[in-house]
Amino acid sequence: MTSTVLEASSGSATALRRAALVLAALVAVGALTLLGGARYGFLLAIGLGFGIALEGLRFGFAGPWRAMILRREPAGLLAQLLAIALVSIVAIPLLSSHPGELTGAQAPIGWAMVGGAFVFGAAMQVVLGCGSGTLVNAGSGNPVGLLALPFFAIGSFFGAYGLIWWTSLGALPILTLRGTTGLAVTLVLLALVAGVAFALGKPGSRALPRRYVIAALVLAALAIGNLVVAGQPWGVVYGLGLWVAKGVQGAGIDLSGSAFWSAPGSVTRLHENLLTDYTSLTDIGLIAGAFGVAAWRQGGLSQALPRYPARAWVATVVAGFLLGYSSRLAFGCNVGAFFSGISTGSLHGWVWFAAAFAGAFLGIRLRPILGLEARA
Amino acid sequence: MTRKSTALIAIAGLLALIAADLLAAPLNPYHAPPAFALGSGQVASGGFCGALPD
Repeated sequence: MTSTVLEASSGSATALRRAALVLAALVAVGALTLLGGARYGFLLAIGLGFGIALEGLRFGFAGPWRAMILRREPAGLLAQLLAIALVSIVAIPLLSSHPGELTGAQAPIGWAMVGGAFVFGAAMQVVLGCGSGTLVNAGSGNPVGLLALPFFAIGSFFGAYGLIWWTSLGALPILTLRGTTGLAVTLVLLALVAGVAFALGKPGSRALPRRYVIAALVLAALAIGNLVVAGQPWGVVYGLGLWVAKGVQGAGIDLSGSAFWSAPGSVTRLHENLLTDYTSLTDIGLIAGAFGVAAWRQGGLSQALPRYPARAWVATVVAGFLLGYSSRLAFGCNVGAFFSGISTGSLHGWVWFAAAFAGAFLGIRLRPILGLEARA
Repeated sequence: MTRKSTALIAIAGLLALIAADLLAAPLNPYHAPPAFALGSGQVASGGFCGALPD
């Protein structure tokens, strides 16, 4: 009798907590729609969707790359390629038919871009969190993600600060795959990479689990929604740097020494509310959505924190900074360059993928040396 | 300590950031762009990590 009463009480507490989470999300999106505008409300909802999908389906970018490199398990990477292909089927034709209203994640290939992508690939394996993954990890209570996040933002600010100098070291013009031919080439290249991953994969680990297929479909739908609503693809890093730049400006520090932060577009955004910045909104949604899933799950936030040696925390700070800095030089992270770059026809996305994947080999070797394999 | 404390720190930090920014730069619904960029007739102008400064 007593245990039945306790179970009923626990069940109603869980239902109440979940109802509060849904209500908080609806109120946040509704309030922003009313006070800021429908576009911003939609983008916050899309960001929440990204966070819920990535945390809820336990899907990401760093983990699948690690699984492919260490254990030759290609399913996660194949799901990423599937999501990118689905987005490209819609995005590349849309970009061709609406060239002013919509822009792709198109950036120049250059020395700093390649080096930045390599460093990002290494750093994301050190902390096991990419651009989106660090935000999701922080929101779901992962202490490494939580510590890396502010340094990621600081790195993004400084990377943008010196971006023009780095780009002046040498860069090609922006090269894009456009129209029907561009879409066909993109799909063939994605199929080739998928074929190589499939061939290299360990037998028995090549099939896509159902949750990966669902994750790919949901991420693709949300990414297309991001493009249609914002006029630009899903990105992460710009928003984080903007948060720090606003803080720096608020502290009275002059940003006119930076060609990036003193450009007219940057100055405008520095004076506007961050809830009107598209990447900030999806970043906020990623953190909050991941928190919502962790709080929704039975026991999702009751796990004890892992123990790491001091050098692991120092490595997290350094890797977090490098994630932010390098992703600005690379014109995006796994989201802005790899996912959105390739799916909107930018050749820099392909070069980013090759360089970051090479860097991932280094990061995987560094992680245990830096003490980031958790103690029991 | 559990993940509850670190997750709450993340959410509290996020809320503090939003609150501080709302005080510095309030929202203005009268300057809201059309709900969808697609079909709006307006040139896309958001900040993006793949873009050089405009």
